[in-house]
Amino acid sequence: MTMSESASLPAATSGRGSGGSDKPQRVGSGWGRRLLTAFAICVYLYLFLPLINIIVFTFNEPKGRYNLSWDGFTLGNWAHPFADEELTNAFGRSLQVAVIAVTISLVMGSLMAIALARYRFTGSKITEVFLVLPLTTPEIVLGASLYQLFLGRNVTLGATTVIIAHIMFCVSFVALTVKARVRGFDWSLEDAAMDLGASPLRTFRKITFPLILPGIMAAALLSFALSMDDYIITDFTKGEFSTFPIQVNNAFRVSFPPQVNVLATMVLVVSVLLLVLTSARRRPGTL
Amino acid sequence: MAADDDTRGLRKGRFAPYGLLSPGVIWLLLFFLVPVTLLLRASLSSKPSRFASPQFDWAWENYSSAFSRYGSVFVRSFVYAGPATVLAILIGYPLAYWIATRGGRWKNLLIGLVVVPFFTSYLIRTIAWSSILADQNPLVTTLQGVFGDDFRILATPWAVIGGLTYNFMSFMILPIYVSLEKIDFRLTEAAADLGSTPWNAFRKVVLPLSMPGVFAGSLLVFIPAAGDYLNARYLGSPKTSMIGTIVQNKFLVQFDYPQAAALSVVLMVIITALVLLYSKFLGTDGLAV
Repeated sequence: MTMSESASLPAATSGRGSGGSDKPQRVGSGWGRRLLTAFAICVYLYLFLPLINIIVFTFNEPKGRYNLSWDGFTLGNWAHPFADEELTNAFGRSLQVAVIAVTISLVMGSLMAIALARYRFTGSKITEVFLVLPLTTPEIVLGASLYQLFLGRNVTLGATTVIIAHIMFCVSFVALTVKARVRGFDWSLEDAAMDLGASPLRTFRKITFPLILPGIMAAALLSFALSMDDYIITDFTKGEFSTFPIQVNNAFRVSFPPQVNVLATMVLVVSVLLLVLTSARRRPGTL
Repeated sequence: MAADDDTRGLRKGRFAPYGLLSPGVIWLLLFFLVPVTLLLRASLSSKPSRFASPQFDWAWENYSSAFSRYGSVFVRSFVYAGPATVLAILIGYPLAYWIATRGGRWKNLLIGLVVVPFFTSYLIRTIAWSSILADQNPLVTTLQGVFGDDFRILATPWAVIGGLTYNFMSFMILPIYVSLEKIDFRLTEAAADLGSTPWNAFRKVVLPLSMPGVFAGSLLVFIPAAGDYLNARYLGSPKTSMIGTIVQNKFLVQFDYPQAAALSVVLMVIITALVLLYSKFLGTDGLAV
């Protein structure tokens, strides 16, 4: 296995592994299996513990300005989810940055994936290594070097520089994810469509695009999460601009309002619904 | 490996692939490769005062002070990132194995759930951990009953290591799962038929085949963990500051660009060296694709 292959994370959700089948495997003894199941449940609990904490604290009525210890139950925070204006604005800016960055990197990344997955050409290997490099460079180095670049060119840091940075780290993820999904496709379908008289545009619309769509969807979901999630690279490219995590960090010196939890929970609920819907629509073993 | 036959259906491209690649490649050249080379240049510049602009003059002293003054911080960063990576393997591997072997028709959903923590901000997850591990939390007060009143988790190295382990856990589970999914588990049945115990079948057949996933996962956890500063900020104390803390502070607070750039370059070089060493040790071809 190669680095690019394994770094393309959401390929995992495709369920098109060659060795795996849909039936549970009979591996190990009865006790070993039960022990493993118990351990797996514990790991899920561990993964979700902070999320449960975030959700529970949306119902907290903090005595002070920090919503970090339990003081009493209220539904008030859900009645006024947008009470903190600066936080709400920052949340909106985070969504905007993510939508723009994801859209642009989806286009560029998918084109790269198509090039790498369906053509044989000089320089394809070096391009694949080049694509992996941003993922194996610490975020702080990426952020710091962009900061140097913009500073040296007298570019004012702000929304644009943050979007440029987000596209930079999303584009590799998109390219590798989509590539992992489309490798091994039967590209002769395109020739068949053309032989039957379809124009190149129509062939793309009716054959190529539907084939790569699931990969693009997975890439969109993950790069959206990466963009919303990012702190370190944004910290270096933001200037006076602030996204949701940056605003939460800046305000943390004076307060940590429950609205942070409410907004975070909203994103969480929407994304889990999207996840359940997409994984329910796709039968295991198919793309 | 299945990937090897992929070249069969590929067509030879003369211009098309380069056209398709160019927007993305140009973007990465402009905003990844060029900035990193500028960082190298900045690391050899000197900046006499806070407001002067840096001058490039082969100032190697940035590097000697990176080791003499910040050597211990580098060591601490790797001392935190290393165990965090090992913990992530120990916790993540069994889960990935369970999903791959026992997931059945729920596989997609189960592996999807592993990504769910990403959808709340990394910062907010870390703050949530600081609330869970706080001294007055029932969990900690219970443990205080066992270990004495001085027992605490927050503001200790353990909290920072725990935070790093948690925050990058999904990056460990996903590649391991991908490599386990590729394994034909009839091989373990074959091993059993030939008289192997389940544990030996796992150790001799499954584990070696899944090593590429462990390798990729370790990189994806270790690299961000070594350069992180948020876990140290929210879960640690000034005594647990990592190299990321220093770099961030030098760049964005003290404007000491040359020193900060030198520290970033050293971090990058050490990580690359460790990655090459690790890949050699594991017998993988490393980053060669």
